[in-house]
Amino acid sequence: MNTELTFRKVFGRPETLTDAVTHYCPGCGHSIAHRLVAECIDEFGLREKTIAVPPVGCAVLAYDYFKVDMIEAPHGRGLAVATGIKRVQPDKFVFTYQGDGDLAAIGTAETIHAANRGEKLTTIYINNGIYGMTGGQMAPTTLIGMKATTAPMGRDPRLHGYPLDISRMIALCEGVVYVERCSLASVKHIKQAKKAIRKAFQCQLDELGYALVELLSPCPTNWKMSSRDAWDWTNTEMTKTYPLGVLKDTTGYEAKK
Amino acid sequence: MGSKRKIGKIVIDRERCKGCHMCIEVCPTKNIEEDKIRNKKGYHPARFKEGKKDQEKEQKECTGCAQCGTVCPEIAIEVYHAE
Amino acid sequence: MPNERMLMRGSQVVGEAAVRAGCRFYAGYPITPQNELPEYLASRMFEVGGTFIQGESELASINMTLGAAASGVRTMTSSASQGISLKQEAISFMCGQELPVVIVNMMRGGPGLGNIGPSGGDYFQATRGGGNGDYRTPVLAGANCQELVDITFLAFDIADKYRTPVILLGDGLIGQVAEPVVFPDFINIEKLPKKDWKLDGCLGREARAIHSQILDAQALYDHNMHLKKKYDLITANEQRWEEISTEDAEVVVVAYGTPARLAESAIEELRSEGMPVGLFRPITLWPYPLKPLRELSKRVKKIAVFEFSLGQMLEDVILSVGERAEIFFYGVPGGVITTPDDVAQFLRSINKGDAKIGLRIEV
Repeated sequence: MNTELTFRKVFGRPETLTDAVTHYCPGCGHSIAHRLVAECIDEFGLREKTIAVPPVGCAVLAYDYFKVDMIEAPHGRGLAVATGIKRVQPDKFVFTYQGDGDLAAIGTAETIHAANRGEKLTTIYINNGIYGMTGGQMAPTTLIGMKATTAPMGRDPRLHGYPLDISRMIALCEGVVYVERCSLASVKHIKQAKKAIRKAFQCQLDELGYALVELLSPCPTNWKMSSRDAWDWTNTEMTKTYPLGVLKDTTGYEAKK
Repeated sequence: MGSKRKIGKIVIDRERCKGCHMCIEVCPTKNIEEDKIRNKKGYHPARFKEGKKDQEKEQKECTGCAQCGTVCPEIAIEVYHAE
Repeated sequence: MPNERMLMRGSQVVGEAAVRAGCRFYAGYPITPQNELPEYLASRMFEVGGTFIQGESELASINMTLGAAASGVRTMTSSASQGISLKQEAISFMCGQELPVVIVNMMRGGPGLGNIGPSGGDYFQATRGGGNGDYRTPVLAGANCQELVDITFLAFDIADKYRTPVILLGDGLIGQVAEPVVFPDFINIEKLPKKDWKLDGCLGREARAIHSQILDAQALYDHNMHLKKKYDLITANEQRWEEISTEDAEVVVVAYGTPARLAESAIEELRSEGMPVGLFRPITLWPYPLKPLRELSKRVKKIAVFEFSLGQMLEDVILSVGERAEIFFYGVPGGVITTPDDVAQFLRSINKGDAKIGLRIEV
């Protein structure tokens, strides 16, 4: 005979995310990243003391999705704006959420210098190797041979230089305590990404210095692939240029365990 | 004797779903399929089979592993465990 | 200590006045002729428990200032000419976001890299705005160091009252000259009006976002109209100017900042010769005192515009005066500093009508 089972919810929308349906494309990594960040904010109890800086990029409307105080920054200047906020409100939790154009093209100077100053900030860096919001132009992170609307024959090092691994540059700065690169394109990778984001949050809470998590993200629309293929491509091709793993860890957290 | 059989279920918000179908890809028990009926945005959302057995495709009972929820970009899936 | 009298350079005066006016965040990048301001604040800010950052560029500096302003703190950044060019996008953002910030520009010779001499070449940039979109920023210009004290306090008050960036326009001369000044007491920051829009974490309230992005056309139209109402209010309430010896003047010099100071000396000399000349000195360059100048122009014969540029404030004078009086112009760009005697020669030339110095403007 069938007994009626009672069910309890074990997975759902984090408190810190609004109810809004996002404008992100099907299969996009952004909303997964949003969920992971929101879960961490919930788990650490930070929602009411967080001030975040969204990018100019696909996540430009992030203030519609997160229930935290947010300030728009001019394109690329997120880490300068965040520096101003954190310096005058050191007790608040301040993070930037940026794409590859915002952080690694127009914002390169602000990124490197905030990292170099060891600002007590956390950055979630979404790398999809292309400019999404504006329709698929080449990014500093576009892979060799990858086609973009402004590199229709594919990225050619002779014309366009090589893909920029800015996380490695950031890791060279002494004030930076933790840099890890993860992928958003499988269950296993998403779980590792969550761990990395938690650790990056912890760095700020412990006032250790600057922390950054780079998240390789599928972009089915601008890569002109199905979600399935884009997710595969993230893990097989993107990781060749941007290998996953810890690029820097001077937190001492592992040793303490 | 033996470990308790995990039973789970999911609830998919079909209007929130954008039909990327990554949940279908990752579900280890083959309990999610594409809904033939489109949602209001015109996507074919994912659909929980809810126990309907699908003989050819080796469907097993949902265990509430939440891999679907983990990959869903829209958090359109809620996962439940039986008590 | 209240009413302290000190001998200080103009750039430093602005720094000390800012700190006494409650400024607790400064970010800036070195550029001549205003380096004394960040250098002064590098230690002074620390003394008063504020924050000083030398940013990696003018661009980074104004964006740090933006973040601090959004946190509800009185903030300031400074630069000169081309450094202010770099800040334009952020100024436009801050107008759209309605953030109060004080921006100091010690003008130097331009265009481009130019030189480090004093100039008035950024008048258009300040009053018309070098950034995108429909916005205005109040612009204050002082003619001596004591006035810099007063307008620095005023700048922070106007910025907070109307939630707007305010530009303090100086030049390489006033930034460098040292004069004795008297500072008022420190204001009590706790007594300042509360900023109920600031971002300090959503404890006890709904989360809020500050953004100039408004994708819906009607909503952005409405926001622009809201800004216009604000600008109309500022125009109605915040014009400031000074008139010297205009009651019986037949020729009136219109000048601001350092040129006005030179003109004042020239006028003293010419008055002693019996020439009926006076000075109309705008202190707010935006909102420009158009109506007061218009009224004045109805009862004088000649208006003599003197500025350190090829003719920028001249356009506001033409807007104001029209054909009500003859308009003459003497412009000295490039960082050149004229003497009061040069100005006197210009005025004598106008009086005689011999067109030797300056030109008559066809309106």
